[in-house]
Amino acid sequence: MTAASATELAPEDLEPIYRMMLLARTLDERCLTMQRQGRIGFYVPVMGQEGAQVACAWALDPKDWVFPAYRELGVALTRGVTPEELLDQFFGNSADRLRGRQMPNHYGYRDRNFVVASSPIGTQIIQAVGAAMAARRRSDPIVTIPFFGDGATSSNDFHAGLNFGGVFQTSTIFFCQNNEWAISLPRSRQTASKTLAEKGAAYGVPGVVVDGNDVHQVFRAVREARARAVSGGGPTLIEVLVYRLGPHSTSDDPRRYRTDAELAEWKKRDPIGRLKHEMIDAGTWSEEQDARLTEEVRAEIAAAVTHTESIGPADPLSFLDDVFASRTPALDEQRHQLEEMIRTGVVKP
Amino acid sequence: MTDMTLVQAVNRALRTAMTADPEVLLLGEDIGVNGGVFRATEGLLKDFGTDRVIDTPLSETGIIGAAVGMALYGLKPVAEIQFLDFIYPGFDQIVSELAKFRYRSGGQYPCHVVIRTPYGGGIKGGMYHSQSTEAYFAHTAGLKVVVPSTPADAYGLLLSAIFDPDPVMFLEPKRLYRSVTGEVPDGDVRVPLGKARTVREGTDVSVFAYGAMIPPATEACQSLEAEGISAELVDLRTLVPLDAAAVLASVEKTGRAVIAHEAARFCGYGAELSAILSEKAFFSLKAPIARVTGFDTPFPYALENLYLPNAARIRQGILETVKAG
Repeated sequence: MTAASATELAPEDLEPIYRMMLLARTLDERCLTMQRQGRIGFYVPVMGQEGAQVACAWALDPKDWVFPAYRELGVALTRGVTPEELLDQFFGNSADRLRGRQMPNHYGYRDRNFVVASSPIGTQIIQAVGAAMAARRRSDPIVTIPFFGDGATSSNDFHAGLNFGGVFQTSTIFFCQNNEWAISLPRSRQTASKTLAEKGAAYGVPGVVVDGNDVHQVFRAVREARARAVSGGGPTLIEVLVYRLGPHSTSDDPRRYRTDAELAEWKKRDPIGRLKHEMIDAGTWSEEQDARLTEEVRAEIAAAVTHTESIGPADPLSFLDDVFASRTPALDEQRHQLEEMIRTGVVKP
Repeated sequence: MTDMTLVQAVNRALRTAMTADPEVLLLGEDIGVNGGVFRATEGLLKDFGTDRVIDTPLSETGIIGAAVGMALYGLKPVAEIQFLDFIYPGFDQIVSELAKFRYRSGGQYPCHVVIRTPYGGGIKGGMYHSQSTEAYFAHTAGLKVVVPSTPADAYGLLLSAIFDPDPVMFLEPKRLYRSVTGEVPDGDVRVPLGKARTVREGTDVSVFAYGAMIPPATEACQSLEAEGISAELVDLRTLVPLDAAAVLASVEKTGRAVIAHEAARFCGYGAELSAILSEKAFFSLKAPIARVTGFDTPFPYALENLYLPNAARIRQGILETVKAG
């Protein structure tokens, strides 16, 4: 196992990292299929970004606070969220931690310090800075790490977050996954800056660019940023270069805005294939082992889907809870009205 | 008990809360060294230090977003937005994030931020230092909205807000900051959220108001006494959650309702009050409900005295309602 202070991945960590990446890819593919079959309503694939996400999460401490966007499947799995728990959220069933309140991929798990996501872009960036200010107030030696994409670097809250992070020297790692496309807008049209990382300079925040398809580079960058942050050295902006191999979401058709040739070029750099061949070249992995693992992971996901599909729907009256700590008289009244409408068959759960 | 102004009561509430709980902290623009542009945080930096009275860069989304992050982590941040008119860069953080964290996480992430901000006209502040846009916030599920009108209520309601488990928009009537004085308790004495206050009892008509409308509404009610009209004045104090029971009980007694607010009329808070009364007290009403409000225009600088409801306009609204039936 890689030591908590190491900046290089221990060789024995590569296989579990690879397994985690494969788990994310397999769950991703299964969810895309289930969305097309109408079994889940929507899905945001992570395909192509598994290496950057798993290696980043591998470098964190369980006490660190993750502020995700909605494309962080690899991070969630590495934080110990199970495929069943994720699937419960995608189905919005009665076991869903979010009680069926949000679209798929907007999950959150307090016990894994994985804050619940929202759809607006970039809002979590400044929140992560505030959480780091709070951690300092409590003398907790942790980092907060907002995840966001290239598009979010144009948002108000990227600016606010980097600016506050710089001014207050918070223990924050701004983790930007530049996947080249913000829905249909290419990276080149998002900003005239040469890199996204160089934006950090304007805020007095060091910025680094790393190859996101190389788990070693990502792990090293996050560990270095983490060490600087917890020792009071302030935040870092990390730009990882990745590629979104799939659509933005299941509502998107990337053929409208990018070429097959570009996709084919990036597929050659797929982080999963890259790590597999690295391990094979090192003599620590084989095609036979790979085939066995692929089957094993597929079976694990299949079992998780079967389990989740056996769970009943969310309680119909539950959507009137959690607006406030306790229901107001007005919400009590509306809950009662809904109950009556269900009882009399005016609406059907 | 000590006699003080409304802004001094706000200051005292912050001091009481910060003394009682080390996890209460303040952030905002010019609140530290300068003590706030209205001096609401005067002296707090000296006593609690820069860790707890944080002067921030000029960014409302930064202030509110950072406060959200602090609250998620478990602290009790009180954010100051210099004027309600400047809150909009932080609107996304309020309506998409702060208001929804508890709900969207299935109860895992409560987010108890208090946002204090001066609101309302009457100080020659023009359209960007005078607006009364409480309805935006009242319309958003997940936010509590509180508006005090006296020093005692500013003190007791702000303490309740800071120790409430939910996010609270605490709108301070800036026109009353120094124009009203009153006794304020010395200890941690709270005024519960969600409870209206009957300013004066009456039998002929109910007047509902809040914040800076309470002094002119009081004057209007008093002036009608000589003419034999007994007007009841109810200070709502908390717009969300509304004390609907108090509102309905008052109208069931008097049979008439007049609503006063300085915000624009269309879809203003009075529209909701009026709808509730129509739905639930229709058969108690002897006359149409009247609204005395600002106009459906941006806030005018030179003519603000025509825009803002005053005692004479509220008085006229009451008289017409009583005459109508």
